[in-house]
Amino acid sequence: MRNAFVEALYDIAGKDQRVVTLVGDNGAIVFDRYRESYPERFINCGIAEANMIGVAAGMAACGKIPFTYTIANFLTQRAFEQIRNDICLQKMNVKLVGIGVGFVYSDLGPTHHGTEDIALMRALPGMTIISPADPVEAQKATWTAAELEGPVYLRLATSRTPRIYDDDYEFEFGRGVVLREGGDVTIISTGNILHEVIKAAEQLKREGISIRLVNIHTIKPLDEEIILESAQKTRAVLTVEEHTIAGGLGSAVAEVILEGQNEAIQFQRMGLPGAFAQGYGSYDEMKEMNGLGWQDICSQAKRLYEKKLQLV
Amino acid sequence: MRNEELQNKARQLRQTIFKVICEGQGGHIAGCMSVVEILTVLYHRILRVDPTKPEDPDRDRFILSKGHASVAWYAILAQKGFIDEEELATYGQGGTRLGGHPDKLKLPGVEASTGALGHGLAFGMGMAVAGKMDGKDYHTYVLVGDGECQEGSVWEAAMFAPQHKLDNLTVIIDYNKLQALDRLDKIVGLEPLVEKWESFGWEVHEVNGHDVAELAETLSEIPYVVNKPSLIVAHTIKGKGISFMENVPIWHYRLPNDEEMKVACEQLQIEFK
Repeated sequence: MRNAFVEALYDIAGKDQRVVTLVGDNGAIVFDRYRESYPERFINCGIAEANMIGVAAGMAACGKIPFTYTIANFLTQRAFEQIRNDICLQKMNVKLVGIGVGFVYSDLGPTHHGTEDIALMRALPGMTIISPADPVEAQKATWTAAELEGPVYLRLATSRTPRIYDDDYEFEFGRGVVLREGGDVTIISTGNILHEVIKAAEQLKREGISIRLVNIHTIKPLDEEIILESAQKTRAVLTVEEHTIAGGLGSAVAEVILEGQNEAIQFQRMGLPGAFAQGYGSYDEMKEMNGLGWQDICSQAKRLYEKKLQLV
Repeated sequence: MRNEELQNKARQLRQTIFKVICEGQGGHIAGCMSVVEILTVLYHRILRVDPTKPEDPDRDRFILSKGHASVAWYAILAQKGFIDEEELATYGQGGTRLGGHPDKLKLPGVEASTGALGHGLAFGMGMAVAGKMDGKDYHTYVLVGDGECQEGSVWEAAMFAPQHKLDNLTVIIDYNKLQALDRLDKIVGLEPLVEKWESFGWEVHEVNGHDVAELAETLSEIPYVVNKPSLIVAHTIKGKGISFMENVPIWHYRLPNDEEMKVACEQLQIEFK
């Protein structure tokens, strides 16, 4: 996913001289080709995220299109006030790129996890949030981010993200994607964890429960229509995110459903339940340790389905 | 503009600030008074800006990083013609464009929406970096408060500018030695301030921040050294011009009562109403 972003950025920078890239002392090797071609449009700002964001905002005020790249956690949290006051408040055209979302840095511990970034960025007026699920989506999202006018937060996993989409996938900004049609339970998800959700959906299908699977790659602005449509069709909605359940995708979906729906919906958020992600290990091990493996998703979906049936 | 004229303009600026804050029912009055001469010299002698072309890509940039001195900025922008003098009377009223802190999206000549201390320098630095990238000639000036230098983000910026040889960037510190509750040296002192910035790689000059001749002379020498950012430590007095406000912390944000207004008006040579 990260490599797809960097390749897209390289092409974008080739087309548009206004694009500049700022990093917080990360992206070793990954940016080598970019730096060779556009050395004057690359700045390693060092381990000083707040300063990097301020500088990016000032550059945007002079017509540049800065992409600021560092670990999602440090980007969105260390520099949150700068993002709010320098970028969002003044409507500066800065593209924030956070890598290592969720706990993909699975052996590095919670200081390097991006598990509250959606909640934070969602609260900011004027911030667009795109959360791609695979390298193809990441590549297209990068182009979209560059073309949009105004602040964008692009949240990426790392490298080694398996593909979901084909090369001809048409990325539609702001529109959710129905990956599987189904009528029993809707699962809405975003980002990397979608792979687990797909596995869960396939298992559930074998067990006779048909899942309507929706990928929300644009978390803000949210595709309310597809959420309400899914809620209406299935009356059971499970959200899954590699993120705290407080204020993330699940909360966003719940807000839409509660405000837009009149009828009873069985609803459940899955994610980190108010705790930092526990443990160290491989990414798969981390998912299991933190209740976000496909078996956990299956259990939650079934629970929701049973609750729904009881009501009928 | 000759130095005597600059002094006149400064006197008028002080009068305007006082009137606007009193009629607007409050403002950061003392911190406005300490930057009067700095703003006067910048806008009437140094800055290459044109009020008819506020978006000119080649303009000099000025950022009031100590954004709470907004009324001082509004007053000088009015003097220079970026906004009408009449608009100053709307300060403190509903629907005004003149907020307690400056709004880049609303006002011509306001380069950054400051108010959150510690932000203006990095923002201005971004403008300087863009200028270097584009081979432009414009200079960026950032006026910071001394209390503001307690923010870590200021020092992140202080490290960055010399690294990038930003000799198209100048910082002016309004060194009035007071912050909101007390003197800086009772809270988090900055001394040795000049040596700190020099050790970070800046070329530093010190001046009397209320002497227009000194300010004009030092500002005209910028950049002091090629490939180095410049910094002016302007020794100022918070509340300058009104005797009972000078160096008294409580005047950070306060509205004078009638008695105090009368005395101040006498000292500033304004008609008391």
